[in-house]
Amino acid sequence: MIEFLLVQTLNGISFGALLFLLASGLSLIYGVMKIVNIAHGSYFMLGAYVGLSVILRTQSFILGALAGGLAVGLIGLVMERGFLRKFPLQPLPQMMITLGFALLFRDLALLIWGGDPYTLPCPDFLKGSTQIYRIVFPVYRLFVIGVAAAVAAALWVFNDKTLVGAKLRAAVDDHEMAGGVGLNVPLISGCMFGLGAFLAAFGGVMGGPIFGVYPGLDFELLSLAFVVVIVGGRGSLKGSAVGSILVGLVDNFGKALVPELSYFTLFAPMAIVVAIKPTGLFGRE
Amino acid sequence: MNGLWASKSRIFGLILAFLFLAVLPPFYSSYWVTLVTQMLIFAILAMSLDILLGYTGLSSFGHAAFFGAAAYAVAILSTRYKMGFLVCFISGIALSAGISTIFGFLVAHATGVYFLIITLALGMTLWGLAFRWVSMTGGDNGISGIARPDIGLPLSLKDPLTFYYFILVFFLVSLVLMVILVRSPFGHSLKGVRESESRMRVLGYHTWLHKYLSYVCSASFGGFAGVLWAYYNGFTSPYDMDLTASIEIILMVILGGPGTLIGPALGACIIVFLKNFISAYTQRWLLIVGTIYILTILYAPQGLMNLIKDFLKRGQKKAEASEGS
Repeated sequence: MIEFLLVQTLNGISFGALLFLLASGLSLIYGVMKIVNIAHGSYFMLGAYVGLSVILRTQSFILGALAGGLAVGLIGLVMERGFLRKFPLQPLPQMMITLGFALLFRDLALLIWGGDPYTLPCPDFLKGSTQIYRIVFPVYRLFVIGVAAAVAAALWVFNDKTLVGAKLRAAVDDHEMAGGVGLNVPLISGCMFGLGAFLAAFGGVMGGPIFGVYPGLDFELLSLAFVVVIVGGRGSLKGSAVGSILVGLVDNFGKALVPELSYFTLFAPMAIVVAIKPTGLFGRE
Repeated sequence: MNGLWASKSRIFGLILAFLFLAVLPPFYSSYWVTLVTQMLIFAILAMSLDILLGYTGLSSFGHAAFFGAAAYAVAILSTRYKMGFLVCFISGIALSAGISTIFGFLVAHATGVYFLIITLALGMTLWGLAFRWVSMTGGDNGISGIARPDIGLPLSLKDPLTFYYFILVFFLVSLVLMVILVRSPFGHSLKGVRESESRMRVLGYHTWLHKYLSYVCSASFGGFAGVLWAYYNGFTSPYDMDLTASIEIILMVILGGPGTLIGPALGACIIVFLKNFISAYTQRWLLIVGTIYILTILYAPQGLMNLIKDFLKRGQKKAEASEGS
């Protein structure tokens, strides 16, 4: 029983780690630009697909992860520069544009990679499992948790300890004032958007060996990321981290204990948080 | 002279609609009869979302969930328990309304984009239920074999044309109900909430309650459309209520023009037509919807109906100017 609980908890945390890579970008983009990016789940899916193609050609997982992240980061940058920039601080039109792109990406991915599900090959040095006390656990999942923790730490240092991070926080707090004191808010926003897309796509490649990539993955994960943002609070890095782990755990235990209601179990944390603290656990306003 | 132009065009529009919807259908081919039936059902759905999106200014991204929930209620009751039309009809709408009264507590406090985030997440939890609760919903396979209802008249609804007029009656009923709703004092205060929630609150309106009730009304009419869809299609699946479905409904409203009931109805007709027309030639429907989305936002952000209104206003001004000279 204890073993079951521990293994499921680790599974949940590793899923939460992937969610963090997706949701942190979504939450920060929302925080800085007030854009609800419907295409964010598509970045995750596209990243996994691009990663798959690169890994199959080069046999290198690291190359695949970088290629997936960079290619999609570039797509994000183009979307922001070319389209979203035209509607500054108009949330609804911006969101509609991202929506249009989400549909385009979904259909293009279907056109290029077909409808079959794929699982990305796990890198050789991370194959197999490890034994901690009496629990056997796949190494790769531990690796994912480690990578996400490293990303979270890097984001935290970047956000809290560097000058660029301070500017970013200023832009989150008050868009107009930040522009007024001479910060280049459009530039910060653009970079933020690209970084968010990169992280999501990188997460897609990292998640590839665990749950693969298939049509429909985009919207399935998008809604999970939205639940993370609702639970954790908008625009908060800490909120994304805590929310991701919470949602990862709830989803995983839901799948293990009541598989038929698995997706629906997410309703509970969302309802509780919204009822008690409508802004989310770490949200302000 | 003022308004004559507008009222002339309105009467013209009504006559045209009457011709196409009531007089001409017997002369349509059966393909067109079923297509127009589908248009009417989605017109109800688009108008129901418009109560929320157009009149209250809240963009819901989970509207298809209510449509789907009602369709599932009909599917389960009619295939598994052999219930009659009235029971299915009432329980379908009651299910959507019931879910929305619960969800309403979570969403009604939200404003702007945050409303959209919550409705999307809530809608997808319902989708998850339809997709994974296999013993109840049939999972990915959905539920098939919903027979056309027996309404106790000596008419068989298996005939496409009879079924079309059956749906037309429901369409007109829901249209009239929604027109009454949006023209009532309640409907006007919804518009007030859309324009400025804080001002309405200062004026003493209970804005939370207005948003809550608007959400429930919108969901109930969405359920109304869902019931008809289940009977029309004979089949329900999780795809009726996933995010893509919600997105299509929003496109119908935005394309047609939010805040006018007729606009979204027209938007629904256009989208349903395009979807059927294009799918005869290509599988790339989503590619086209995505492009329509981006183009609509870039070039017709107010929607077609409002473009037409602007055009009519301009025509009216021109007419006045020529009379004056």
